[in-house]
Amino acid sequence: MMLNCFEASRLLSEAQERPLILRERVTLGIHLSWCSGCRNFRRHMHALRTISRGYGQRRDTDDERVGKR
Amino acid sequence: MNDDSLQPFPHGWDALQDHAFLVALRRQMLKFATLQLGDRHQAEDAVQEALAGALKNAASFGGQAALKTWVLAILKNKIADILRHNRRMVDASQLLNEAEEEEDFRDLFDRKGFWEADEHPKRWGDPVESFRQQQFWAVFEACLERLPAQQGRVFMMREVIELDTDEICDAVGIRASNLFVMLHRARLRLRECLEDRWFAKEAS
Repeated sequence: MMLNCFEASRLLSEAQERPLILRERVTLGIHLSWCSGCRNFRRHMHALRTISRGYGQRRDTDDERVGKR
Repeated sequence: MNDDSLQPFPHGWDALQDHAFLVALRRQMLKFATLQLGDRHQAEDAVQEALAGALKNAASFGGQAALKTWVLAILKNKIADILRHNRRMVDASQLLNEAEEEEDFRDLFDRKGFWEADEHPKRWGDPVESFRQQQFWAVFEACLERLPAQQGRVFMMREVIELDTDEICDAVGIRASNLFVMLHRARLRLRECLEDRWFAKEAS
């Protein structure tokens, strides 16, 4: 079965939540081998996680300019 | 009494005396909590408790940054508790409707499900390098706020509060498959928004 980009993006998102099964890994791997958009999408999934965690742990004052030390 | 006992802070800074700092911190916490809880009253309670807890120990913090890190960590835990225990907060049927609703991704994908030519995900710079820029976080928040409400909420539970999949399903009363659909959609939209509003501009 050949994946389209929508399905590939769904698997790349789900890979953040659960281990993909063999068949998914294979079809996804084939898709990624020729689709640079989805390869970037995969990087963006990691980036989104990094950004969200950074947001949760952020300690720099954001929209208020206060207390210049 | 010697000078030391009058001045518990090595830098001479006292959180309880620094009104501007407290006001700003409280506002930031409230924004954070409201986004995630979707309920102003619950958010205010959580912020109040977190602040009170941290300020009781204010004397042990050497400065604003340390206190802020601490207080935000407490707040995150409080929010996680509330999400875990407050099942009424999110109406499961509403969630499912939203998940099943035919969300239109035709602007992103063509009829066969391939990226539209101008929607191909691009290369991004290292996101960590943007962390110091206040504007980046404003863009991120704006993108989060544009998501459908429940989608934004489960995304934040998962990625910001860092609850695991089971905990979210349990708290929200949905199945894992529904959660995955919602997270996928949220990520598609967030990714697009961040690319358009930040990473593409950064590259140009």
